[in-house]
Amino acid sequence: MEAGSSSGSGGVPQPLPAPSMRSRVFYRFTQQNLPACKPTLTPVSVITTFLLIGIIFVPVGLVCLRASRSVVEIVDRYDVECIPEQYQSNKVAYIKDSSIFKNCTRYLKVQSHMKAPIYVYYELENYYQNHRRYVKSRSEKQLLYGLKYKDTSSCKPQELSNGLPIVPCGLIAWSLFNDTYSFLRGATVMNINRKNIAWKSDRDHKYGKHVYPVNFQNGTLIGGGKLNPNSPLSEQEDLIVWMRTAALPKFRKPYGRIEEDLNAGEVITVNLVNNYNTYSFGGKKKLVLTTSGWLGGQNDFLGLAYVATGFSCILIAILFALIHVKIPRPHGDTNFSPWNRKSNAS
Amino acid sequence: MVFQCASVDGVDYSHAEELVAGQVAPHPTVVDGQVWRPRTLVKTDPRLMRLLETGKGTKEWSHAYDFFIALAACNTIVPQVTETSEQTVKLIEYQGESPDEQALVYAAAAYGFVLIERTSGHIVIDVLGERQRFSLLGLHEFDSDRKRMSVIVGCGDKTIKLFVKGADNAMLNVIDKMVDLGKVRATETHLHKYSSLGLRTLVIGMRELNTIEFEEWQLAYDNAGTMLSERSESLRAVALKIECNLQILGASGIEDKLQQGVPEAIESLRQAGIKVWVLTGDKQETAISIGYSCKLLTDDMTQIIINSNSKESCKSSLEDAISTSKKLISTYLGTENTQRDKESQRIPLALIIDGPTLVFILETELEDELYKLGTTCDVVLCCREDIEVIEIHKSHMLIAGANDVSMIQMADVGIGISGQEGRQAVMASDFAMAQFRNAVFVFMLYWYMFFSDVSLYNPITEISGLLYSAVYTALPTIIVGIYDQDLSSKTLLKYPKLYGAGLRDEAYNFKLFSLFMMDSIWQSLVIVFAPFLAYGRLLDDSTLGDIWILAVVTLVNLHLAMDIFRWKWNMHAIIWGLTILTYLCVIAIDTSPAMPGYRAAMRTLGSKLFWLLLLLIIALAFLPRFLVKTCSEYFYPSDIRIARELEKLGNQNEERSEVPGSPSMSHHQQELH
Repeated sequence: MEAGSSSGSGGVPQPLPAPSMRSRVFYRFTQQNLPACKPTLTPVSVITTFLLIGIIFVPVGLVCLRASRSVVEIVDRYDVECIPEQYQSNKVAYIKDSSIFKNCTRYLKVQSHMKAPIYVYYELENYYQNHRRYVKSRSEKQLLYGLKYKDTSSCKPQELSNGLPIVPCGLIAWSLFNDTYSFLRGATVMNINRKNIAWKSDRDHKYGKHVYPVNFQNGTLIGGGKLNPNSPLSEQEDLIVWMRTAALPKFRKPYGRIEEDLNAGEVITVNLVNNYNTYSFGGKKKLVLTTSGWLGGQNDFLGLAYVATGFSCILIAILFALIHVKIPRPHGDTNFSPWNRKSNAS
Repeated sequence: MVFQCASVDGVDYSHAEELVAGQVAPHPTVVDGQVWRPRTLVKTDPRLMRLLETGKGTKEWSHAYDFFIALAACNTIVPQVTETSEQTVKLIEYQGESPDEQALVYAAAAYGFVLIERTSGHIVIDVLGERQRFSLLGLHEFDSDRKRMSVIVGCGDKTIKLFVKGADNAMLNVIDKMVDLGKVRATETHLHKYSSLGLRTLVIGMRELNTIEFEEWQLAYDNAGTMLSERSESLRAVALKIECNLQILGASGIEDKLQQGVPEAIESLRQAGIKVWVLTGDKQETAISIGYSCKLLTDDMTQIIINSNSKESCKSSLEDAISTSKKLISTYLGTENTQRDKESQRIPLALIIDGPTLVFILETELEDELYKLGTTCDVVLCCREDIEVIEIHKSHMLIAGANDVSMIQMADVGIGISGQEGRQAVMASDFAMAQFRNAVFVFMLYWYMFFSDVSLYNPITEISGLLYSAVYTALPTIIVGIYDQDLSSKTLLKYPKLYGAGLRDEAYNFKLFSLFMMDSIWQSLVIVFAPFLAYGRLLDDSTLGDIWILAVVTLVNLHLAMDIFRWKWNMHAIIWGLTILTYLCVIAIDTSPAMPGYRAAMRTLGSKLFWLLLLLIIALAFLPRFLVKTCSEYFYPSDIRIARELEKLGNQNEERSEVPGSPSMSHHQQELH
């Protein structure tokens, strides 16, 4: 009558014959029967974790803070004050006029003793080196191989000038920063080391040792500085530094190194040439002198963050310990399970 | 399937006695000097045996004779002979499509009507020691419309007999009640008794055909059999025409033993909150009896039975039933209005519908009402196996006793637990992880948009971005999804109520979803802003991209790791391995001078600043999540969490003491029962 299911055959799976270790292990693997460790969050483990984090983080934070606090920094914004009185109302016209000398003198006061080496940076603000079309406007292969590499379409619109290829091409190279600084201590000129400011890996492997600038900054629109056509790209450290595009609109890039100490109270004279046009888009230019710590610059964030996190964790640990003592919940007590909780509450 | 009771000629023979093992039937079958015995022995009723022995010549005897010939002949069983250890004894095994038919033929053999041989032209039955040969003139197969099967045989005394076997209603429709009304009524009483015992019932009938009838039938049968199209319809028409005015021979009751473990399984399912629907082809009484024996129906249930015999009454019965069920539920609502209370405290409801009613419902398109009623009840029993019922409710919870091939073909799975509730991801990490890792990534890019002059610049190298989705975070998610278990199968079998977590949307609902989203926003903020603040103005884009990809992969995989319930070696391998692989890949991508990020990764990974920053990012990013998780698991633990704690306690207790009933363990167990 009905298609049959045999009665009483049962559905009990036969146990596997256990011949070899290998098939037994495989069976456990596929049957998800592997030995396992089952962590559960007990109050004790939670409190311990928070306490541990706190105990580790606070001292680390303090050490970081000490490192960052020991860094001495001098920052001087010069782009507004370096423009002469008569051009203050039309800064753009001033900067674009190549016939005017752009010399400017600044005076930097050293607040506390600065130990060598002292790093000189130029800092730009409101400058979006991280704009998508800007960042893409370069050709890595051309930097390495020069004119031999032909496919430079990514460099548009700065690919060709007067029909001839540009080396190095692209907007990034074209907008090369070209303010210059020289430092005087009293009457003596200070030695500033302009070598080894770029990444070693870039100097050695990314920029061609036999690639020379060709047709660079030759067009009607000047974007920035010129390059020495007799020096290979691998030695043009200003260019290399500039081509490492910054991630934020406020950034600083290395200019050089001063190998002498600076004493507290000293006044350093800076003779700078204010070439670079940041006025068309409301950008800022600053000169920075800073000592270095093992953590980088004068950045308190890491230290403060560690200390704050550490303290919070310790607080939470204490709070939790108090709660656990006042309102205990025994491990595995089913009175707390949802299907019991409501009925217990009513 | 075991033959239990027979009603022959209006007399109930259901006091079966065990045939003593080894004792051969009074008339052993002897073929070529060898004794042939049926393989399975069936209990026989001594009174019926005595009738067959002694009552030859009486009317009662000839009716019993016809009854057993029908049992032995009206089927598609083929006897197979096998050797035994004894030289002179052979065993007959009856092979066939359905165990029902097998049971009937074994029963006939036990009473002395042994089917020895069957070919397409004739059958040989050894009747009480005497070999008799019947020619097989025609066979009308069983179909679910007629619910009968019949066979036309030519007997030794030149008569042609039509034997029909089928379900109660189907047979009683074609039996000539004018002849021997008393016998028919008696048989109906016996049928009722058998089905109340939970037996499957069949009715046997016959008619002797005269020459004219036979020739008419033969013609129609041959015609229908050779038709090229619509052959089955024509054959059915022929069958319907000949199967009428039957004389009732008797009825049989067959016991269908439940498979091992069925009552326990059904009870677990009901405890888990799964609604169980059973569709069966048996009569209502049989179905109810079987329902009790497999714990589908219990004494504390309120039964709503709908038996209507017309379309109009069907509609009103349904509406009555719906209002009854609503009333029963609302009286238990009390002050607490939650779903959980409703389920655990109200009286369970069982809905029982018989076949004809179901037909009316389906014909008058009252399926929606039926479904509404069905979902308020805990158990539904439909006494008619029908494909249409399955089709209607395919999208809802369904359990079908899979006895019918067409039913199995229609259903989603053999034992199908599919439906809206069942598809919830009870383990949140399965489903939410996929959302989380992508959400964090997207949010990161969103925040950076404000710093890149809305130019949508992505400092993460393209390849890294692709690998992120496909490899770095995908594989760990998959492995954890497959291999993680929140509870052992032992615990889950012990407490079916834990399944309720899925029903109550506990692991994945809107509240949890918004929490996940807030967490991913927070984590993305940490990943984006911490490097800005830590590196300050010296940060270049390639370094930033590398920091981000490393940080986000570390965070996402750690996030996954924090959610794992049960650590196995393959999870350790995949998660930590893939994280390390990510670091290696990032380094590898930065080895090409033709990429802008040349050697950015090596410089970064070699600096103390980076590692301090990474540690800070991890701590800050996870702080809120860890806090929330700890608090919620402490103050509002879920069932699953408590079960896990119990598991751990239980293991500790087992390790600690060998005594099975250690105090803390049994204390917990008592609370749950």
